[in-house]
Amino acid sequence: MSRAEIFNRIRTGLHIGADDQQRREAVQQRLQARAANLIPQRAQLPHDACIKLFIQMAEESAAELIELQHRSELAAAVEHWLSENGLTQLVMASDENLQDLQWSGNGALVREERVAEAGDEASLTNAFCGIAETGTLMLYSGPDSPTTLNFLPDNHLVALSASSIVGPYEEAWQKLRSTVGTELPRTVNMITGPSRSADIEQKLQMGAHGPRRLAIFLIREE
Amino acid sequence: MEVTSQDFKKNAHIALHDAKLQRALGNLKAGFPGKRAAAIARLPEFDALRDQARDLKNHILAHLDLYLEEFENNVTAQGGTVHWCRTAEDARKTILEICRQQDAKTVTKGKSMVTEEIALNEYLEANGVTPVETDLGEYILQLRNDHPSHIVAPAIHLTLEDVAEAFHEHHQRPKSDDPAVLMQEAREMLRKQFVAADVGITGANFLIAETGSTIICTNEGNGDLTQTLPKTHIVVSSIEKVVPTLEDMTLFLRLLARSATGQEFTVYNTLSTGPRRTTDQDGPENFHVVLVDNGRSDMVGTELQEMLRCIRCSACMNHCPVYGAVGGQTYGWVYPGPMGSVLTPQMIGIENAGLLPNASTFCGKCEEVCPVRIPLPKLMRHWRDKEWEKHLTPGAARSGIGIWAFFAKRPALYRWLAQSSNLFLRLVGGKRGRVRKLPLAGGWTDYRDMPAPSGKTFMQQWQERK
Amino acid sequence: MANPRPRVGLFVTCLADMFRPEVAFASVKLLELAGFEVEVPERQTCCGQPAFNSGDRKDSAAIAQQTIEAFDGFEYVVGPSGSCIGMLHHYPELFAESDPWHQRALELKSRAFEITSFLALHLDMDKLSSSFSGKVTYHDSCSGLRELGIKKQPRVLLSKLPGVQICEMEEAETCCGFGGTFCVKYPEISNRMVGNKSDNIRATGADTLLAGDLGCLLNMVGKLKREGIEVQARHVVEVLADMVDTPAIGEAKGV
Ligand code: SF4
Repeated sequence: MSRAEIFNRIRTGLHIGADDQQRREAVQQRLQARAANLIPQRAQLPHDACIKLFIQMAEESAAELIELQHRSELAAAVEHWLSENGLTQLVMASDENLQDLQWSGNGALVREERVAEAGDEASLTNAFCGIAETGTLMLYSGPDSPTTLNFLPDNHLVALSASSIVGPYEEAWQKLRSTVGTELPRTVNMITGPSRSADIEQKLQMGAHGPRRLAIFLIREE
Repeated sequence: MEVTSQDFKKNAHIALHDAKLQRALGNLKAGFPGKRAAAIARLPEFDALRDQARDLKNHILAHLDLYLEEFENNVTAQGGTVHWCRTAEDARKTILEICRQQDAKTVTKGKSMVTEEIALNEYLEANGVTPVETDLGEYILQLRNDHPSHIVAPAIHLTLEDVAEAFHEHHQRPKSDDPAVLMQEAREMLRKQFVAADVGITGANFLIAETGSTIICTNEGNGDLTQTLPKTHIVVSSIEKVVPTLEDMTLFLRLLARSATGQEFTVYNTLSTGPRRTTDQDGPENFHVVLVDNGRSDMVGTELQEMLRCIRCSACMNHCPVYGAVGGQTYGWVYPGPMGSVLTPQMIGIENAGLLPNASTFCGKCEEVCPVRIPLPKLMRHWRDKEWEKHLTPGAARSGIGIWAFFAKRPALYRWLAQSSNLFLRLVGGKRGRVRKLPLAGGWTDYRDMPAPSGKTFMQQWQERK
Repeated sequence: MANPRPRVGLFVTCLADMFRPEVAFASVKLLELAGFEVEVPERQTCCGQPAFNSGDRKDSAAIAQQTIEAFDGFEYVVGPSGSCIGMLHHYPELFAESDPWHQRALELKSRAFEITSFLALHLDMDKLSSSFSGKVTYHDSCSGLRELGIKKQPRVLLSKLPGVQICEMEEAETCCGFGGTFCVKYPEISNRMVGNKSDNIRATGADTLLAGDLGCLLNMVGKLKREGIEVQARHVVEVLADMVDTPAIGEAKGV
């Protein structure tokens, strides 16, 4: 009922007659072209400069940046970060990019691969890509990458390959479509820094409901 | 929510004398505009993006039915369900029905102005479903039984003491006036709710036709927990939020956060597409999109269509000197500031909200900052035209304008009127050169002196010189 | 040099006519200095803004027609108010595009200029001289600023006067709360706005407030006087035309 009424009113308002072939074509064209609108100069850079910009913007957004040469250093760096912060628990995605890491097994770290639960201290996930324009991480849900890992734990640790960093958002969309097709996963997250709120007297406080800290482990070479 | 737009002047009087509110409003003025200016200074393409955004919105509105159709098809193809609601009442019923199907006791809610517009919380509560607001600002308001005064920073009218008191009363904890401690308290309280809720309701900043996705742009992460943890995710959105593609959405995202809070990007920009996939480990099993019309389709094809470009960034109210003086609740309904002065009459009737589009000096600051270049003063004037046509303009104002126009259309009589008024004001002004009190001009002289004319009218003097 | 001097029709504006004739005389002087022949058409009254902003389109249109006719044949229409000239620029909206008056309104719009922006285009600025000396602060009136893009022009003109020292105020671009009928329809809000403005003016330490619109000036002067703030106020053209012997706006005579 409502549906027909709403469409009727819109079409009456727009003075659409029976024949709207032209409009339909215009719409299909736009949908299929998926053309970029204006892309700021700032985001159109050679790859090296993109990485630099990513680091700068991510740090501005209050993310922590830890640079690594190789993925083989990731486990040790994560263990180090956790122990420095007095954390002994880590939940992880079963992401293939996070398999075969060289965990030391020393210390009291309890590591599990599962979805996140209330009370989890820290999580480790792998970013699909980084977007230099605003220092943004893109992650998406899948069998090996549950979304709760990105939001429930107090500390969110993210592995990001420098090679996956793109300039503008538009390149991330292209990259996403060429990986998953045009049908999107249930959740696509763009994350820029840790959670925050300024709802109390406009004073910015970090760690509202999502992670209080976001640590990005930027891996230079794979 | 009770409508008090008819009492705008009384509300304004109270607001102007509320020292605490005035302090809170000072925080707004000191914050958003400066941050927006700094963010824009870093993006030289900002104005070009605004032009493109305006043009794209115009294209979308001219093809609104078709993009909505495409959106619906793609939501359905991804396993979600779209519900069309012509009125607020339809929307409330639809949402309650979904909750009932899930046997829901509690629903968590992300920030959504559309659910304020349809007065969802009161309705759910009356029908045995407990809504829990999870955005920090909205949570504070819910504890206080209060309503948002701003579309992005809903609790902007409250001070730290207000929040401290509300938390102390409801959380049974020692009173603290440290914002960090208060936020931590809210975080702990809401954790349990996120996990326990049967249904999560969020709004949407945009609906993406190409993919059938909805997106929320937030800073706290509460929206993400709201839409990921419960079994059912309901998105409540209005019909004008549809955009063609991810690329088109991107154009608006570049404008939204910068215009709103002066951030480069909101912390969490999250696309939801359908329910969880069979192989997913988390996410909701059901995905519903409730599309609310509530008067919007009637704006299509009219002068008010331009208002449908609005992306709810709040820049217009952040920069409005009237909003800055009286705050959002003075406007007496859900949407305050310049955008509210245009939307509210459409949604609750010009006969109830006529004072809003009149409460503007037409200074034009709102239009200057609007990312989609909505000519807000022109649209407020449109409502004044409607009032005049319907004889809703207050009698004194109408006859005042009538008498004045009678003279203005007759140059010789007008000269005479100008000369007499000029002479009168010079006489009462005497040697002081100004008047402190003037009959029938209390609106002016209660607050300021009236400078007296410095001599005969220019037209008289010009004639004499010739 | 056989060309006769181009003719400008002065749009006096109601407030200059009634409250501050000096503003119109100063405008005439400056336009003549810029080499124009200035006339003051008899049939002009008000630009019609009070009716337009009250939703009374019928009277607005009638007044617009009268103004269009009054200024027929002038090469330019110039007035000392961004608000009134801005209203002239709204005239085309009052007529359907098929209505011949629409075209005439567009044509008027193309010839209508606010005085400082007009002078900035046409006046050889080396000709400016003024005995005025002092610290001034400049309020940007909304309509001029946002509808006509007037921001730099008055400042450029003032910068040619060695005696003038400009001290910018905070929020120079924020509305003073006048808004035509707004100030009497919503007096308390208007009062708050003009109160903020007078605080900002006082904080500059300037001794003179200048602006390009008498509506705003009367409002701000009224508030400054009520609060006992010792700042004098003039329309910018008075200073530019070196007509600063008369008392400032709202000041006592013969002191
Ligand atoms: S009207 Fe413009 S400035 Fe105001 S909220 Fe909407 S988009 Fe933002």
